[in-house]
Amino acid sequence: MTLPTSRSTALSHIRICDMTGQLAGAGATRFLAAFGAQIIRVEDPVRQGTWDILRGVPPFKDERRGINLGGAFNNHNVEKLGITIDLRQERGKELLRKLVAVSDAVTENFAAGVFARMGFPYDEMQRLKADIVYVSNSGFGATGPYSGFRTWGPIVQAVCGLTFGSGLPDLPPAGWGFSYMDHMGANYMAVAILAGLIHRNRTGEGQWIDMSCTEAGLSLCGPDLLDFTVNGRPLRRAGQPNSNRNHSPAMAPHNIYAAAGDDEWIAIACRDDDDWRRLAAVIDEPWAKDARYATLDGRLAGQDALDAEMDRWTRTLDRHAAAERIRAAGVPASIVASPDDRIDHDPGTGEFGLWPMARHTEMGDVRVDGVPVHMSETDWSIEHGAPCLGEHTDAVLRDVLGLDADEIESLHEEKVV
Amino acid sequence: MNAPLPGPLDGIRVVEIASEHAAWAGKLLADLGADVIVVEPPGGHPSRAYGPFLDDEPGLERSLYWWHYNTSKRSVVLDLADAGDGARFRRLAGESDVVLEGEQPGRLAALGLDHEQLRADHPELIWVAVTPFGRTTSRAHDPATDMTLLAGGGPVWNCGYDDHTIPPVRGGGNQAFHIASVFAVMSTLTALLQRDVSGHGQFVDVSMHAAANVTTESGSFDWLVARNTVIRQTGRHALTFVSQETQVRCIDGRYVNTGFPPRHVKDFESLRDWVDELGLREQFDDIVLLDLAVERGGVSLADLQEDPLVAEIYGSGRSALVYLAEHLTPEEFFLGAQQRGLAVGAVWSPEEAMTNEHFVARGFPVEVDHDDIGRMITYPGAPFVSARSPWRISRRPPHVGEHQSEVFGSGLFGSG
Repeated sequence: MTLPTSRSTALSHIRICDMTGQLAGAGATRFLAAFGAQIIRVEDPVRQGTWDILRGVPPFKDERRGINLGGAFNNHNVEKLGITIDLRQERGKELLRKLVAVSDAVTENFAAGVFARMGFPYDEMQRLKADIVYVSNSGFGATGPYSGFRTWGPIVQAVCGLTFGSGLPDLPPAGWGFSYMDHMGANYMAVAILAGLIHRNRTGEGQWIDMSCTEAGLSLCGPDLLDFTVNGRPLRRAGQPNSNRNHSPAMAPHNIYAAAGDDEWIAIACRDDDDWRRLAAVIDEPWAKDARYATLDGRLAGQDALDAEMDRWTRTLDRHAAAERIRAAGVPASIVASPDDRIDHDPGTGEFGLWPMARHTEMGDVRVDGVPVHMSETDWSIEHGAPCLGEHTDAVLRDVLGLDADEIESLHEEKVV
Repeated sequence: MNAPLPGPLDGIRVVEIASEHAAWAGKLLADLGADVIVVEPPGGHPSRAYGPFLDDEPGLERSLYWWHYNTSKRSVVLDLADAGDGARFRRLAGESDVVLEGEQPGRLAALGLDHEQLRADHPELIWVAVTPFGRTTSRAHDPATDMTLLAGGGPVWNCGYDDHTIPPVRGGGNQAFHIASVFAVMSTLTALLQRDVSGHGQFVDVSMHAAANVTTESGSFDWLVARNTVIRQTGRHALTFVSQETQVRCIDGRYVNTGFPPRHVKDFESLRDWVDELGLREQFDDIVLLDLAVERGGVSLADLQEDPLVAEIYGSGRSALVYLAEHLTPEEFFLGAQQRGLAVGAVWSPEEAMTNEHFVARGFPVEVDHDDIGRMITYPGAPFVSARSPWRISRRPPHVGEHQSEVFGSGLFGSG
């Protein structure tokens, strides 16, 4: 077997020894893999790679079950190579040292300090490869009083303020409904890896980059943070948060309104007085022509009444038809799109080629998330599904580490790989 | 004092046409050490009129929105519709590594200032366009805001309350801009690394709608893999089934997230000991089951399906977490549980997080010298610590056109 490669050549000169998992780590190297970097994902043969809790769990494509058949794992690990090494054994550690020595970067998202205790502190990796770029991604970073704390996406979001900032008045926080900070943590981790490589290319110098998911999340809370540090105004105050409205900049109407049907909704935003005039023409009811709504100040002052009128108007409307009519008038509007709506019936994603089909060795063809950018010369390519457990072990040992057949066989016999 | 080390993008010049869409991308590149020159229209970019404002008084240099999105940048003013300023923009772009913009598709081409029109003279230039629906889809001209993008792109579907008569929720903080901007930065850095090898630049088309669509976790992959639809639930993951609540109201009315219920014996022991330490043994209804969980050495997921008693024992871990949370403050619960190895979180407001001991100890809040108003202003700092090429806010956000003569008067770009 020869090693598969992505068709993108953007990063084909980069090799990464990848210890990441879940989404917060795996999502970072996924982006690099789609742009052609050689991502060698190292998993534990003893626990069958289940340190990554997504290995072998739902959703499944069909009735088959198994360690290689988890849909989330496949989604987050496309275009990567997968090898197994038992790092409890000295021979396993030696193999990983060899891999580090021929890699540009090492990436992991264990709890802080775990990888060092496994025998791979930064100093050791630097000894193996002087200019190695090492990026660790943990919930609270490698230093500070909470560095040993454990997190998942929802915990990160709770602690950093993002959960609190999503909700309606007099109700509990609504939060994000998914691991937003696994996605964004992964994205920031990719930035850290790429920036580390750029610095290395310019200076010849490697480094350890210590990424903290909660700090990435805190920086995403937006201008509300400065309202506190500058004006002393906390977001925890009466009437706030009210995140379906917009106060920075102030807009009205700006909300998510009920449409006809069961649990169907439409988001409508008037950015300025012109938007409101155009929307009022679409509404074409006496209340919409009320002079007090003609200016933003007037609409903000009467926003509760305005929202009640808007809601009464939208309640009888088909959400698709209404969103189209409002947009045709030049006013921002959107259905609250279901997965079916936006994946299978939206030219905004379909024409962009956002849902590529990846071929997985056991699962077969499965659609996965694409990358939301296109590059004119060296665009991303996703054709290969995630690796099965140890799928590329022998080929990597032979072609990347230069081991001969006898050595590889002996590693199998001793269950090192 | 030694001069601070340069950031990883030291020596890279970025021309950013001011926009809502890409402002965060420009800020990230600038804080990473690039020389980001933000081009504003005459009178300044409209986002300078967005609140909140310094001391609640509006003013071009007082918008905290502008401040937040424009640290470390320099500002020039150009009227791109003016021939002379258009020529200045061309020269500026030609002396840069990256152009970053969020203009309505077609506008720059009509002015003769798009990538297509500059690429022949500047083949090494990287051009990054961040637009609501990408440059080429049939939706390219649909009007959009942060909320409508998050509603149409998937995140809002996941987000809200168990009670579905309450509208689904758009999370705060301009995340449609942030998601797209971070993808823009990842792509810019990828294009820079690729240019190191090939010597040529390229055009990067970032769709904010696409970016939101691939930021929904199981919202997308449950559909792609199995055509299952997730259901929104209060303060926890949208799933294809209704899960148990994880968000609990504490003794002071604030909330915590209790995380996954425990299965290992040491976690049950920790919870039992904690209940005892607080003197709550007599009041906690499930104490017998919690004791049983310890005696039996935890629970296995396999037995959970088979044995109803095991399911009850397993449930005691969750009820202990809920019971403890209800009797403590978020801080007491969060620290107490984490010190016992349990992954839970306090639901803090942004200001509670910003002033927390951990983030302060790591130097996350940073002081930026606003020499113009004689104040030090505290900003959120680096999302990662990179010792050899630090992320750093190198200067306060610029005034309108503050660097006009510095940029255009140097002779570098001609006297024009």
